[in-house]
Amino acid sequence: MIEARGLTRHFGSLVAVDSLDLEIPRARIYGFLGPNGSGKSTTIRMLCGLLTPTGGRVTVLGVDVPGDAHSLKSRIGYMTQKFSLFGDMTVLENLEFMAAIYSWPRDRRRERIAELLANYDLADRPNQLAGTMSGGQKQRLALAAAVLHKPDLLLLDEPTSAVDPQSRRDFWAKLFALADDGTTILVSTHYMDEAERCHRLAILDRGAKVADGTPEALKAGMGMHTVEVQADDPFAAQQALAGTPGIVSITQLGIRLRVLIPDSVADPAGLVTARLETSGVPARCDVAAASLEDVFVAVTQKPRSGTP
Amino acid sequence: MNSLSRLGAIVGKELRQLRRDRLTFGMVVGLPVIQMLLFGYAINTDVRNLKTAVADEARTHLSREFVARVGQTQVADLRFEVDSPQELEELLRLGRIVIGVHIPVDFDRRVIDQERSAVHLLVDGSDPTILGVANQLRSMPIRFDSATDGAGGVPAIEVRPYYNPERRTPVNIVPGLMGVILTMTMMLFTAVAIVRERERGNLELLINTPVSSAELMIGKVLPYIAIGLIQLALILAVGSLLFEVPVRGSIVDLYIAASVFIAANLALGLLVSTLVTTQFQAMQMTVFVLLPSILLSGFMFPFDGMPRFAQILGELLPNTHFIRLTRGIMLREATLFELRTELLALAGFAAIALTLAAMRFSKRLD
Repeated sequence: MIEARGLTRHFGSLVAVDSLDLEIPRARIYGFLGPNGSGKSTTIRMLCGLLTPTGGRVTVLGVDVPGDAHSLKSRIGYMTQKFSLFGDMTVLENLEFMAAIYSWPRDRRRERIAELLANYDLADRPNQLAGTMSGGQKQRLALAAAVLHKPDLLLLDEPTSAVDPQSRRDFWAKLFALADDGTTILVSTHYMDEAERCHRLAILDRGAKVADGTPEALKAGMGMHTVEVQADDPFAAQQALAGTPGIVSITQLGIRLRVLIPDSVADPAGLVTARLETSGVPARCDVAAASLEDVFVAVTQKPRSGTP
Repeated sequence: MNSLSRLGAIVGKELRQLRRDRLTFGMVVGLPVIQMLLFGYAINTDVRNLKTAVADEARTHLSREFVARVGQTQVADLRFEVDSPQELEELLRLGRIVIGVHIPVDFDRRVIDQERSAVHLLVDGSDPTILGVANQLRSMPIRFDSATDGAGGVPAIEVRPYYNPERRTPVNIVPGLMGVILTMTMMLFTAVAIVRERERGNLELLINTPVSSAELMIGKVLPYIAIGLIQLALILAVGSLLFEVPVRGSIVDLYIAASVFIAANLALGLLVSTLVTTQFQAMQMTVFVLLPSILLSGFMFPFDGMPRFAQILGELLPNTHFIRLTRGIMLREATLFELRTELLALAGFAAIALTLAAMRFSKRLD
């Protein structure tokens, strides 16, 4: 579906995307996980031919990008990070406009739009101005507009950054339905729970891909143990553990600390317990199952402390 | 076929958005009318009825006759009669008059001697136009002197040519104003229409659809050409109804010239939209073009009277050529063929601006 080799983009002296290799299979939801500025949007824009790569080769749906990007436009759907339909037009007018833009056959336009309104829970407000809708409604309209022409590939740039958790759940249900129908979906996010839902995932950090695989494989192959520390005084525990050789990172979650320790350490819980006993901080230490956030912390090699 | 329907979709969307945007819609109609009224009534180089006071200390038959003649010129509106020049100065200072006429006690003798000036004009010189008028008035006492020798009525003649009642300013202003209004609205509307879409993110969505840059640009510009022509009709109607501005030449010629001029301004607006990132910048850029279009185009000041450098700058403005076309067609009954160089200049301008805009627009996505 999508194949990229050595994809690179510079903005002046800034390297936004650094020799990225991607392989995105058909009918799957593929996630880009990364913090702001990690190159997610830039990559998506290069994949749909909006930005010219500084280097590398990209094939999308068998088409060379950006060279033949124009022939691709009718086969991809794109949802921008910010709501980008027309706020001063109604739901119906927006969809009619998009139908005309995508040259959807005139005699089947009404039918297709009715279908979309029903699918995306907009049937009760076809004549509402898009600009006056809630974040979740806008997002559903944007998705409806992006899939109106039944694209083979759907590119979603942080689609859920402005909506509540319930809307996010509903949104993902729609994405799975689309994937089941054979649509390939590329979605960027900085939410761990969303990344967890993807079939496959690439973690981007400062323009480079630092991990790629299914969420399960990423967790299994993290190369780290996770030790969970429960302490009455997590701050003191953190102070005691900071700088200990073998501890890669410490993250506080409420009264608990998640400590990442490389696989090479045979008894990670013992290491932490010993260290805390030396410092006289009472705590309980257990090896825990890795979460995607642990993976993210481990692969970005960015020692983080404090609450996430 | 698909391309046409996409173009139609863009035009339809523009019109729909324009109809919803009450402020812009109001500007389409309101701007030309308000500007016409403002410029038509306020820009008036026929100076009349300047507030005047007289201090006649002589109070002779001769002095009273002189005062009456000053009043008859219609240049001066005799508001006050005071007793001393000090009172005149006070009125001037308060801004209640702009001209004070002081006639000294020995007025009759001064007129006969011709050694000292017989009348003093106290003038608010802050406005050069008023000073110019006063300079004209200054010649009156000398003439009046000869009038005592029998040539009655001469004084007014010296002033009158300047205020030839046939030389009404609106006749000259309105054809030029058409260019100014169209420059302002056309450039601003197109520039803002595109920049707004970029600001709101609509453009990122649109360029990811099968719409081509050409379809997008033409689709956005077409409605504004129609709006420009409507504005032109409005201006002509107001000009004709309120200011009796004639269209002596062919109205078809006028509309052809206007269409080319509108195209040039829309192209310029497109170009501006590719250079700026916010609506505010678009407005600033428009003002940047608008000001010289008012000052250097021959609209405000006679083109021939401008310094060489200003003239060269003026030639680079579409409005300069358009004003020559409108004044020629409307006032001097010239034909488009006679004025073809001006029309060609406008067409060339449109072509260059459009080419530059199209080049920048496709690059802009990067």
